[in-house]
Formats: sequence, structure tokens, C-alpha cells
Amino acid sequence: MATTADLVSNGNIHRHNQNIDTFKSDAYVRSGFNSHCNKHNGKANGGLDKRPFKESFDQAPLYVAVLTYVGFGVVTLFGYFRDFLRACGLEKCYLAQEREEQKDFVPLYQDFENFYTRNLYMRVRDNWNRPICSLPGPQFDLVERVSDDYNWTFRNTGKIIKNVINMGSYNYLGFAENNASFLTTVEDTTRQYGVGVCSTRQEMGNLDIHNELEDLVAKFLGVEDSMTFGMGFATNSMNIPALVGKGCLILSDELNHTSLVLGARLSGSTIRVFKHNNLQSLEKLLRDAIVHGQPRTHRPWKKILILVEGIYSMEGSVVRLPEIVALKKKYKAYLYLDEAHSIGAVGQTGRGVTEYFGLDPSDVDVMMGTFTKSFGAAGGYIAGKKELVDFLRTHSHSSVYATSMSPPVAKQILRVLKCIMGQDGTTVGIQRVRQLTENVRYFRQRLQEMGFIIYGNEDSPVVPLLLYMPGKVGAFAREMLKKNIGVVVVGFPATPITESRARFCLSAAHTRGMLDKVLNTLDDLGDCLSLKYSRHKRSIQDRTLRRNSVLNH
Amino acid sequence: MDVKGLKEYLSWLYYQYLLVTCSYVLEPWEQSIFNTLLFTMVTMVVYTAYVFIPIHTRLALEFFSGLFGGQHESTAAFMS
Repeated sequence: MATTADLVSNGNIHRHNQNIDTFKSDAYVRSGFNSHCNKHNGKANGGLDKRPFKESFDQAPLYVAVLTYVGFGVVTLFGYFRDFLRACGLEKCYLAQEREEQKDFVPLYQDFENFYTRNLYMRVRDNWNRPICSLPGPQFDLVERVSDDYNWTFRNTGKIIKNVINMGSYNYLGFAENNASFLTTVEDTTRQYGVGVCSTRQEMGNLDIHNELEDLVAKFLGVEDSMTFGMGFATNSMNIPALVGKGCLILSDELNHTSLVLGARLSGSTIRVFKHNNLQSLEKLLRDAIVHGQPRTHRPWKKILILVEGIYSMEGSVVRLPEIVALKKKYKAYLYLDEAHSIGAVGQTGRGVTEYFGLDPSDVDVMMGTFTKSFGAAGGYIAGKKELVDFLRTHSHSSVYATSMSPPVAKQILRVLKCIMGQDGTTVGIQRVRQLTENVRYFRQRLQEMGFIIYGNEDSPVVPLLLYMPGKVGAFAREMLKKNIGVVVVGFPATPITESRARFCLSAAHTRGMLDKVLNTLDDLGDCLSLKYSRHKRSIQDRTLRRNSVLNH
Repeated sequence: MDVKGLKEYLSWLYYQYLLVTCSYVLEPWEQSIFNTLLFTMVTMVVYTAYVFIPIHTRLALEFFSGLFGGQHESTAAFMS
């Protein structure tokens, strides 16, 4: 019986080291590093250079999980204590409160859902929503603010922290720039068209710039046609309901973005979730769906749509696209690929995960992406066959009712696309793509050598560094700001409760000097806060050899 | 006698304790309450251990030696 392991992709049969051994073939070679804590997957892709697909999600030692729960327990106990004081009236309550007349009704504000926000998030919330007062390039300026009452209110001191290294903006190719000589076309467009469109796409908001942009996006991706929207989140949440409805099945990855989840829920289809990047789980769901059909009537499903992302921004993992394409062809399902973080950031020439794996773009039924990340603009696109895009032009809420893209933004995307494709006569675009790949490799390698636990694929520009304990989350962000580096830390609702992390987004605009400064600070901070949990620390000799080999390239 | 180095090491250890137990995010008066409670509990545990463990181990050893010793005597009496 053929399993997903024996896949035919690009005419070659590949054997894959899956992380769960489901097939007992004699030819399967047991590699030494399929150990308990480390999930390494070796696979030769069908691309030109046959790079192995390396992802790792190390587990920390057990005492770390125990101590994380201890930390949360302490904070929860003190949360109950403070809530009690607030209820008694012994302490002033800064939150919204109901009026006296409403006290007997169902509580409006002090709910248990807000318990975590009130009692943990408030204590460390000076690390989020920091006001930025410059371009979010590789370095930026922050407004300095202090709090006198433990983060309930803030006030600006009037000073500005200058030249903070930016490790949090999604500026993968460095196109968030304000150099006047690069932006001449954008300036001309603003002079010609203004900034506001003042209409929806269907009424009077269809400018010739939009048509030009859509043609260029289609050419860039290698598909028949594309359509652009003013907002990336709205592209997902408004177009999925147009494609699927009642009687259809959506198979969505565990860790999909909120816009995909919202779009799936709004559509009214049945949603089933498969484990993250786990092809056995997906195949089982597909087989069950086809064999059993719809829940009570057992009629066949009208459509089956698989929702995946190119790069998952919280994990840094890359989707296993060749296997998913093979599965979808076998079971005749449709594939919706959200390339928000991967377009422009992976692939030889920045064309996303289809190029990274060497696949034909027409294998993916609906290619979606955003212009917010690598293109330094705003908005999203959906690309694919001409029939699909024509259908969406009339049936999607976003295209009919939402305001279309602003002209300077559209021109910025056009300029960036021409730069990446080389149509403006320079090699700046392709140089930036190469610089990003180099930066990513260098940064990840150095962090792994230092002994931190890093999640994700070796080639993904999103680098989550695991912090685990809630106390360390606040301390890490504050200490990094003191050293003039701005990072984004993520905690409980966005990540599992024991896996808080700091997420670094690398950029082609980061110089080697900036990366070295960040890495040295991380080294010191890792020792000071004891964050180096990895059990795979390399020896000093190995480290010196590796550093020499990196310098020699 | 590297007093300064020792002081720095101790303050680093205290910092680690604050981070691990998540007292780092609490306000100073909450930290004092938590430290007092924890210190009291640890003192009580240590005191109990100091007072009761020697007595209990001695009694346990006597009990088990009485068991096996008694058995040896009875088998010896049986053999002879």
C-alpha cells in the first residue's frame, strides 16, 4: 500500500525520514540523530541545489517546564490576592468598573478572562506598544516613556532613544527606506493621484496603477492572473468565505494565523484541524473525509480546501509543500497557500516557497500573500488561474466593498517588484535576497553555537528564541532595550503557556556589524539570565573551526 | 577574600531566584511578602528535619535490626 513516504515529486522517488516511524520498510536507514528530544528531518528537495530540509524544535530539560509552572503559580496566587484587595476596596482599581446600579447584573468588566491581562500582562506591558518615531528600518528611534504606577499609566519623558537596532520589524528585504532618490516614482504618483482613493474597487476605485500592479504580480509569481487588496488581513478573512461555504470542508493547520481562522469560521464550512506540519494527520483527515462524507447525511463534500502558510511566524517553520501537493493531487483537494512571511524572503530569487522547493506555481490552487512584510508597503494579493481571479473580482467582499489600495502604496510595491525582478536595470533586488539568506544562516548558526534553543527551519528569516519563564520575558525585553536593541517578546495567549519566546526578524538591511552587536549582547544576556538551555552545545574547538570557515567564505 | 566578587555572585543568585519564581514582575511589597512566606516555610522544614530525622532514623534502625536479629536468633536456636 502506497503511503505518503513514497512520494513521486518531480519525477524522482524520495524516501523521507519522517519524525513518526509509520512505515516499516527494509530500505529505511535509521539515522543516529532521531533522538527523543530532537526532531530532525532529512529530505532532498527537488530544487536545484538539493538542500536538506532541516527543522528543529528542541525540548528544554524538564526542570524548566516545572519552574515555568511554578512562576505562573506564584503570579496567579498574587493575582487572586490583588483582586481580593481591589474587591474589598483596600486598593484603588484602575480598570473600568460598573456603576453602583449595575452591580447586581451579570459582570461586564471584571471577568475571569481578564484575570491574566489584569494580573500578569499589566505588570510587564511596558515591553509592548512602544511608540516609534522614525522609519522602521534596520535602526529606529523610540520615544522614551516611564510609568510611575507600575504600568497602569505612562508618560513621555520627552527624550528619544536614538538608533535602536530593530530586530522586530518584518522588513525582510530592507525596502522600508526613506531615501529620496529611491522614492522618486512614489513621489510622482502622490503628486499625480493624491493619497486617498475615495471609492471601492468596483465603483470608482479601480486605477490603472492597480491593473499594472496585478499584471506584474502575476508575472512575478508565474501564474495567470492576480488581484490585489488594500489590507492583508482582510484578504484572508474576506476571500475564504467567497471560495468555500456550507457543505465544504476546510482542513487547517494547527498554528494558522488568526486571519485564516477568521475567514474559515466566517465561511460557514466545517473546519477540521490537523497537527502542525504533520502529513500523517492531514492524510488521515482526508481519508476520513472522503470515506465518510458530510457528518449526518454522508453525502460527499462539495470541496475540500487545505489551508497552510508558507512560513509560520511564531515557529519559524516552513510548510512541507511537495508532500502536501502530492496529497492534494491524490485526494483531489484544493490548496490555499498563505505566503505572508515567505514571499520575497525565501527562494533563490525571492519568489516564495514554491521556488524554494522547486515546484510549479500552478500546483497551488490559490496563492495568497501580503505586501506588508518584504515589500515595505501594505495590502495583500490572491493569485492563481484566471477563472479564480475573475470569480473573486465579483464575489469577494473585499473587492466589492473595501476601499482599494492607495496609489503611493501601489507604486511602492511596483517599484519593489521591478527591483527584485531586475527590471529596473540594477542587481539591487537579487543582492538583497542573497544578503538576507546569508544573514539568516549566519545568525542562526551563531545562536545555535552559543547554546540557545531556536525553533524553526534553517532558512527561515523568523528566529524564535525560547525563554520559557514569564519572569525572564519581561527581564529580557527590558535588558535588550537598555543595550539599545529592540526585540519583540511573545507570551501566553499567542504561544503555548510554557513556551514564551523572543522573536527576531532578520533583514537584508542589517549589516554584519549590527548582527555581531546583537549576538554579543545575546551571549552576555544569555549567561546573565541563564537562557542557554540547549543540550547540543558544540565544543570550543568545533566552534573555532566553524567561525574560521564562516570568515573564509 | 574576594568580597566584591562574592557580593556580585550573591546578587546574581538573588536575581536568578527572582526570575525563576517570577517575583521579578511583582511590586516590592509583594516581593517582601513572598520572600517572608517562603523563608518561613523553609525554616520550618529545616527545623522539623533537624528535630525529627535523627530520632526517627534511630527508631527505624532499631525496629529493623530487631526483626532480622530476632529471626537469626530463632533460626540459630532451631539449628542447634
